Amino acid sequence: MFDLLGVPPQALFGQLLLGLINGSFYALLSLGLAVIFGMLNVINFAHGALYMVGAFVAWLLLNYLGLGYWWALFLAPTAVGLIGVVLEKTMLSRLYKLDHLYGLLLTFGLALIFEGAFRHFYGVSGQPYPIPDLLKGGQNLGFMFLPNYRGWVVVSSLIVCFGTWFAIERTRLGAYLRAATENPVLVQAFGINVPVMVSATYAFGVALAGLAGVLAAPIYQVSPLMGSNLIIIVFAVVVIGGMGSILGAILTGLGLGLMEGLTKVFYPEASNIVVFVVMAIVLLIKPAGLFGRER
Amino acid sequence: MPDGSIIKTAMLEINDLHGFYGESHVLHGVSLEVRQGEVVTLLGRNGAGKTSTMRSIMGIIGRRTGSIRFQGTELIGMAQHKIPRLGIGYVPEERGIFSSLSVDENLTLPPVIKEGGMTVEQIYDLFPNLKGRGTTQGTRLSGGEQQMLAIARILRTGANLILLDEPTEGLAPVIIEQIGVAVRALKARGFTIVLVEQNFRFAATIADRHYVMEEGHVVDMIPNDQLDANMDKLHTYLGV
Repeated sequence: MFDLLGVPPQALFGQLLLGLINGSFYALLSLGLAVIFGMLNVINFAHGALYMVGAFVAWLLLNYLGLGYWWALFLAPTAVGLIGVVLEKTMLSRLYKLDHLYGLLLTFGLALIFEGAFRHFYGVSGQPYPIPDLLKGGQNLGFMFLPNYRGWVVVSSLIVCFGTWFAIERTRLGAYLRAATENPVLVQAFGINVPVMVSATYAFGVALAGLAGVLAAPIYQVSPLMGSNLIIIVFAVVVIGGMGSILGAILTGLGLGLMEGLTKVFYPEASNIVVFVVMAIVLLIKPAGLFGRER
Repeated sequence: MPDGSIIKTAMLEINDLHGFYGESHVLHGVSLEVRQGEVVTLLGRNGAGKTSTMRSIMGIIGRRTGSIRFQGTELIGMAQHKIPRLGIGYVPEERGIFSSLSVDENLTLPPVIKEGGMTVEQIYDLFPNLKGRGTTQGTRLSGGEQQMLAIARILRTGANLILLDEPTEGLAPVIIEQIGVAVRALKARGFTIVLVEQNFRFAATIADRHYVMEEGHVVDMIPNDQLDANMDKLHTYLGV
């Protein structure tokens, strides 16, 4: 086999796959954040906690009701979406007229409460979640071994991300969403119930986080802190991609995941900070982010 | 056609309307009525309350008291998104063309609320400039085309009362002429139109009656056929 700059190809492709998987989670989570920020102008700090809640719902469904992965894939995002509706209707909706900071502080507080509650009941050690039977095993691609489940995570999150992009950019419902993001008062004056759209948007954004949580459960363990570990990087992704840009969030998420993977191969010491180095450089050169527009 | 007023019923009746933005009280007892099929203008200086009156009808003002009845239905207290669904189309002063939407998407954004709206083909006949521009980004159109698009998009919905806020503002005379042709065509189709205008020369070519506003209320009503006789008074009101 050939070598690349002294790196065996198995290691390179292995890390690229890992990067792609991390990137899929970054993309799913930053997509939800971007959708929410665009419509609500809220920086949703509870996103990581709701991702964790999604994973826990899957785990609870399996351990208390015996409902497996495929049920969880549908039920956990629904549950997280419903939690989102309640949070939006009872709390967030009171803050839209105030500065961004209030929404950020509220959702940050909510994240601490969610994490604290799950920590209280389940401790900090991770709970294992089995890979569903259908996706056990793997494929030998010749240059590397691809576990089926990881392939599934990459493919399904890509489908969800680009499906969301299509729904927002190319459909009538998406046109309402884009219009209401720009000028909610006028959209309301055309007879569209904007407050309901706002709730639905928040629910959809956090449901994406819940879905990411279910996808993550068999790979990372289900733990109350799994969200806070990830969310800081996801925020960096959103800043790099540009706040509120849908395609930007998806492409930046995947790109930075891959970049992290490459860094692990060539200069492992920097792999934990590479995202933040990129963020600093992007902010210096293009403060609105790679895909963002100045507001 | 003032003599037609006997058979034409009031479509919009506003009585003692007060409007507020936060602490500031901007409308002080506006009363006016618009009959079915009429074109009525609101004239007045900047800050006289013309736009605020329109925004009050649509429910997009801080707070309002008094009475606004559309075809007998009281609008004050009604949920904002239900008001347009009664059949009221709003063309805001800033036009409100969405930059993240194509021309087509802008045109088809307002939901159809009643039967009897114009088809896209009929709209293109009225505004030929918009034809073939469907995939262009909404805000890439010229100012005049954006104004046409802003009017065009509410014609599809079946709304029978149209609120036009300064449709000629900032436009070249040749474009103003086109807008005028379009507004007359809409009148001929039976639309009822309330028009806010600074440019009363334009208003005079299309309106049946003019309400003059000053400091948040209506101070005078001049039928269009008596406009010439009232020119001096109007000049004093408008300070031109």
